[in-house]
Amino acid sequence: MLSFNSSNIISKTKTIGRRMFLLNSFKAVVLLGILGRLAALQINEGSKYRSLADKNRFRETKISPPRGIIEDYFGNELASNNKIYQLHIVLDSTPNIDMLFFRLKNIINISDKKISYLKKQILKKKSWDTTIVSDNLTWAEFSRVNLFLHELSGLQPTVSIARHYIDDSSSHAIGYVSEISVNDLRIKKYLKNLNIEGVAIGKTGLESSLDEQMLGSPGYLRYEVNAYGKKVRQVATNNGLKGKTFRTTLDQSIQKLSTEALKNVSGAICVMDIYNGDIISMVSSPNFNPNSFVHGVSQKEWKEINENRDKPLLNKALSGLYPPGSTIKTLTAISALENDIVSPKLLVKCEGYIDLHGERFHCWKKEGHGVVGMRTALKKSCDVYFYEVSRRLGIDRLSTTAKKFGLGKKVLQNYSEEKEGVVPNTKWKKRELGKNWYIGETLHSGIGQGYFLTTPLQLSLMTAQIANGGFKIKPRILVDQNENVGNLQKYFNHKNSTPGNVMSTEDQIYNFNLQPLFRNQENINLVKDAMFAATNEIGGTSYKSRFKEKKFMFAGKTGSSQIKRFTAEQREAETKQQDIAYLERDHAWFVAFAPVEDPRYAISVLVEHGGSGSSAAAPIAKKIIKKVLERHEIRIAQINQQSGKNI
Amino acid sequence: MLYTRNSLHSPFAIRDKFFDLDFTLLFSILLLGIISVFAQYSSSGGQFDYHSKSHAIRFLVFFLFFLAVSFINIRFWNDYSLLIFILLIFLLVAVKFFGVQSQGSRRWINLLVFNLQPSELMKVGIILFLSNYYHKISSSDVNKFKYLFYLLIALFVPFILVLTQPDLGTAILILMSGIVITWLAGVRWKIFAYFSILFMVSAPVAISFLKPYQKSRILTFLNPDSDPLGAGYQIIQSKIAIGSGGLFGKGFLNGSQAYLNFLPEKHTDFIFTLYSEEFGFIGSALMIILYSLITFRITCIGNITRSIFGKLYCYGFATAFFIYVAVNMSMVLGLLPIVGAPLPILSYGGSSMLAMMFGLGIVMSCNVYKNNPIS
Repeated sequence: MLSFNSSNIISKTKTIGRRMFLLNSFKAVVLLGILGRLAALQINEGSKYRSLADKNRFRETKISPPRGIIEDYFGNELASNNKIYQLHIVLDSTPNIDMLFFRLKNIINISDKKISYLKKQILKKKSWDTTIVSDNLTWAEFSRVNLFLHELSGLQPTVSIARHYIDDSSSHAIGYVSEISVNDLRIKKYLKNLNIEGVAIGKTGLESSLDEQMLGSPGYLRYEVNAYGKKVRQVATNNGLKGKTFRTTLDQSIQKLSTEALKNVSGAICVMDIYNGDIISMVSSPNFNPNSFVHGVSQKEWKEINENRDKPLLNKALSGLYPPGSTIKTLTAISALENDIVSPKLLVKCEGYIDLHGERFHCWKKEGHGVVGMRTALKKSCDVYFYEVSRRLGIDRLSTTAKKFGLGKKVLQNYSEEKEGVVPNTKWKKRELGKNWYIGETLHSGIGQGYFLTTPLQLSLMTAQIANGGFKIKPRILVDQNENVGNLQKYFNHKNSTPGNVMSTEDQIYNFNLQPLFRNQENINLVKDAMFAATNEIGGTSYKSRFKEKKFMFAGKTGSSQIKRFTAEQREAETKQQDIAYLERDHAWFVAFAPVEDPRYAISVLVEHGGSGSSAAAPIAKKIIKKVLERHEIRIAQINQQSGKNI
Repeated sequence: MLYTRNSLHSPFAIRDKFFDLDFTLLFSILLLGIISVFAQYSSSGGQFDYHSKSHAIRFLVFFLFFLAVSFINIRFWNDYSLLIFILLIFLLVAVKFFGVQSQGSRRWINLLVFNLQPSELMKVGIILFLSNYYHKISSSDVNKFKYLFYLLIALFVPFILVLTQPDLGTAILILMSGIVITWLAGVRWKIFAYFSILFMVSAPVAISFLKPYQKSRILTFLNPDSDPLGAGYQIIQSKIAIGSGGLFGKGFLNGSQAYLNFLPEKHTDFIFTLYSEEFGFIGSALMIILYSLITFRITCIGNITRSIFGKLYCYGFATAFFIYVAVNMSMVLGLLPIVGAPLPILSYGGSSMLAMMFGLGIVMSCNVYKNNPIS
């Protein structure tokens, strides 16, 4: 066996060796062939190919694709594209760059500083790259340049497209676009292949989060040039792919009204559909003109924006953090009822303050509210009542309820600038501040002061989830074409189509796959009723802002978040908010839902340093609510059309 | 225990084995890797971007992988070659169903961390399997019908699977690698002659099955000037780039053709064009010498290895490696149609690099364990 094996190996080895020799000879021939070809191309014909390469017969310029459009719920364009007139320079095709600029200076308005900057830019680049001389000319300037084009050799007048915002009302929700910065290139990987001169990318808001999808893919223009780099003929074009269009849940006309309503104050408004969480309006004031960023904001304008006390660039609706003030009392009440800490029948006597462990806690009303129950306490926003309730409740239970109703976390996923806020509890304080919790802080938290920090958007979500009977909703600002009608919507449709047919809570949850935030829905209804009283009954905190027509009636809760605690003297002197320095005045809050019968919308209004919620915020909310309800039918028609498509 | 002698279980094994490495081959590979990083850096426009960075990292990782493979006993690769081959077939079938589609073909499989191209690995897998196959059967059986029949299955299953991805270039390279082993093993001239005739007769039929873009590439190859802006664009631009490099080249980072983006796929198939434009005839000739040196060293290892498996594998891999280089260079020089074949190690592409380093690792293993007989 062994001998057979070894003879087998020997014969195999021989064959392999013989055949490998043939292969190697073949390899040598191929190798010589390749080397020969290389020599022929590079040495013999080298000069020919060199001149071919130098002449560079083909050039390519990239074309930036039209950016995707952002629409409101009804298809009105919130962010669209406009034709713009630009001037480009390619060094290769410019015989004398100094002469060109010298002549250009007489035709369009261009400063010497800009010219020397541009010259430096041009020399830094490859000679065949395009440099944009002027990126947004008026039609008059553009046509004048075209008239003198024969003496401006090297200049290429180009018609391009750029972002255009129709009005300022959605500037925070939509965001703005601007030139790519070095930092953008480092962070945003998708910009790698987008090497186009002058393309603007999203910087904030939806423009930033949807940037990749809205950019589209660039096209190109391939053309043949002669030895001097002059365009001879176009040989191929590819227009690229237009960016994706997005539809938002916003309503442009309400955006405009909200902006108008906040015109002279600093603040924010959020309006939400309580069935499906659609954000109908989200504005922050003061706003800015997003168009001024598209072609690079001027230094003067930038300075103005940056030094403004009211921070126009900040989207206060979701990045502004404020203590919720008395609006949190709705949750304090729900939490106490849900945990069986107090009965709705509990009566507390308010004498204007209570003392606890030697500290005095004041009610906003110096002379006190007398004996109050829960409904009256919410209606009149009695602090003493809620001091007592939160003392019994404890901060940890309150924080659990607050988190359940959407505080302390981001409401939307579309905004990197959105803030989470703070829902304090004992663990949080130990972790963040390293200190133990004091009972006094529970009392402050129970009326929405102290560590609590919320955004107007969070409070509108909270109100919406109370108003819809305590069911969880998922707020959204983008319309997803594939999404079906929400479960809550189906449930309410069913309920409205079969009046009188009362379904038990378990059935509601089971049949419609709802996510209840309550243990007993009666507790939610009780708070809703108290909010009704606060607006529509004499003595309520927002009674002055009520609507008498049933159609527009709403229910709301005021609030004011303290910036600075009143001193004893101020309290004694009954100092008015108007009398103290602007920056020390309270923020004014108002949250509401409407209409009171069969609620559909929730709203939150914040006025920075506005004083009291009833005088500063509620009247604004009143205006918005009316408009929202007037547009209800149109919106419903649109929703039905939308859901019809999805079936 | 079959592996007791010279096995890795001994704590001194690796240190002893270290000096059994072929350092000429090792340093040639290292040099090629370093050049490749510079070439990728240049192809990224002279910056360390995503491409060049990941190429450098891959080379580093796969070079370590190459060393690891070198120290695994050659018997292991012999024993498991069938299993590896079946696994690769399985992966190719998986690509058909779960593959990632890109630019009209389905070649990659998503392994979460990276996308693997099993067809690249098959280039080595088929050499490994056929070396083992002819190692096992005696020389008198090589030309028997039964064994030829198995061979045809082993050759055509991966070929068809890759061809229909579609990836004509890789499919042809896999088939050629397999044929080389078959030829080395001593299959009669006559049989090759029969198949050549069969091929020539069936070629017109086969061409009618090609995709339009594949047909146009062949036509373009025959006459590139017929459509200078369409399909002939790549060949013309590649020739201009190489030719304009001249004797000494335009210098590192100065290749204007490449910078103007005239070269499509300059990271991958056309990396030699870019290199040649920048370093000229002298640089290109040195590159060819470096590749030849690697091929030569692999052949030398084949000469001194005692086992038939080792010999077949080394000779086969040396030839296949040479073919990859020759096909790629001929392609960019306009001697062959553009079929999509990367240049080993120099081209960007993780799977191709992995396959080459794996193949070279087994060659090195042949050298380290050259005196181990394989039953």
